[in-house]
Amino acid sequence: MDNIDKQLVNRLQDGFPVTERPFLAIAEEFGLEESDVMQRVQTLLDDGILSRFGPMFQAERLGGGLTLAAMKVAPEDYEKVVEQVNAFPEVAHNYQREHELNMWFVLATETPEGIEDTIQRMEAITGYQVYNMPKQEEFYVGLRFEL
Amino acid sequence: MKAELYLTDHQQQELRQAIQDGLPLTAQPYRTLATALGVSEVAVMQTLAQWMEDGLIKRFGLVVKHHALGYRSNAMVVWDVPDHLVDQVGELLSRADAVTLCYQRPRKLPQWRYNLFTMIHGKSRSMVMEQLADLITTHQLDGIPRDVLFSYRLFKQCGGHYSGRSRSVGLGKVDLSCRNSAVSGQDNVQVAYG
Repeated sequence: MDNIDKQLVNRLQDGFPVTERPFLAIAEEFGLEESDVMQRVQTLLDDGILSRFGPMFQAERLGGGLTLAAMKVAPEDYEKVVEQVNAFPEVAHNYQREHELNMWFVLATETPEGIEDTIQRMEAITGYQVYNMPKQEEFYVGLRFEL
Repeated sequence: MKAELYLTDHQQQELRQAIQDGLPLTAQPYRTLATALGVSEVAVMQTLAQWMEDGLIKRFGLVVKHHALGYRSNAMVVWDVPDHLVDQVGELLSRADAVTLCYQRPRKLPQWRYNLFTMIHGKSRSMVMEQLADLITTHQLDGIPRDVLFSYRLFKQCGGHYSGRSRSVGLGKVDLSCRNSAVSGQDNVQVAYG
C-alpha cells in the first residue's frame, strides 16, 4: 500500500459519490486516472485491506433484530460452548473477553422477535444463561481509521 | 416519464440485494446496477441518495479491516454512569477520537452493572490504555466506575447473514459483512454492532 492508497482509503471512508462517474470524480480530486482509482480499490479489496466497498445498512431499519449478547462460561466448557454458539447462523463475531462474562457476540436475526427465540434455543443447548444487551441509544461516532 | 425516477418496492428489494455485498467495481457502477435490474440509472442513484438521507444506509464508502492496518487491539470499555448523566457522558465519549463505538445498553444486575459501552481500537494494548487514560483525564471521568475488556480470541467474525434472503423483507446481509469466515486468533470486527 503506497501513499496514494492511504490517502484514497482515508478519502473513501468519508463517502463515495453518487454520480454517474464516481471513480472519475475521485480520480480528479487526486489527479489520477479513473482506471487507476478502480484498480487500486480492487487491489485493496483483494489484499484484504478493505472488508467492504459500498453501503452499510442500518440493521434495525431493515426490520431485523440486532443485539449484543454475553455469557459467563466455565473455562473447561469454553471450547464446547463456543462451538455450540457459533453453530447458530445468527451469531456474528464472537469474542472471548477478559471478564466473568467471557463470551461476547452479536446476534442478527431476520425479525426483532428472532432475537428472543434464538437466545432461548441457545440457552437450551448450552445450559448457560445468555445476557441480552440490545442498544438503547447510539451516540454517533464518525468511525474512520486515519492512515 | 416521472415514474422512471422511482423504484417500486420490489425493485428496491432487488437493489438492496444487489449491493449487499458491495458496489460493482465498474466506471459507472450505478448504470451497471440499473442495467442488471432493468431500471434507470437515475432511479438507482435517487434511491441510494434517499436511503442515505433516511439513515437506512448509515455509511456509504469503504470499510477498512482495521486489523489489517495494524489496529490489533480492541478494548470494550464499559462505564457505570448514573442514568441521569448517561446522555451527557455518551455525547462526550462519542466525540473523542479514540472512541469508535458508543452505545447505551441495559445493566444486568447483579452480574453486570455497566450501561455505557465504548470501543477503543489501537495498535497495541498500551496504546489503547494510554488513550483511555487521556480520555479520563481530559473529561474528568475518574469518578465513573469502569472496566476494560480486551478481546483475546475471536472465534467468529462472520455472520449477520439472514437466512431468509428471498423473503419479502429482502434483508440479505446487513452490517456484518465478512469475507474470511475461517478465523483463528483475534481479527477484525466489522465495527457496527447494534
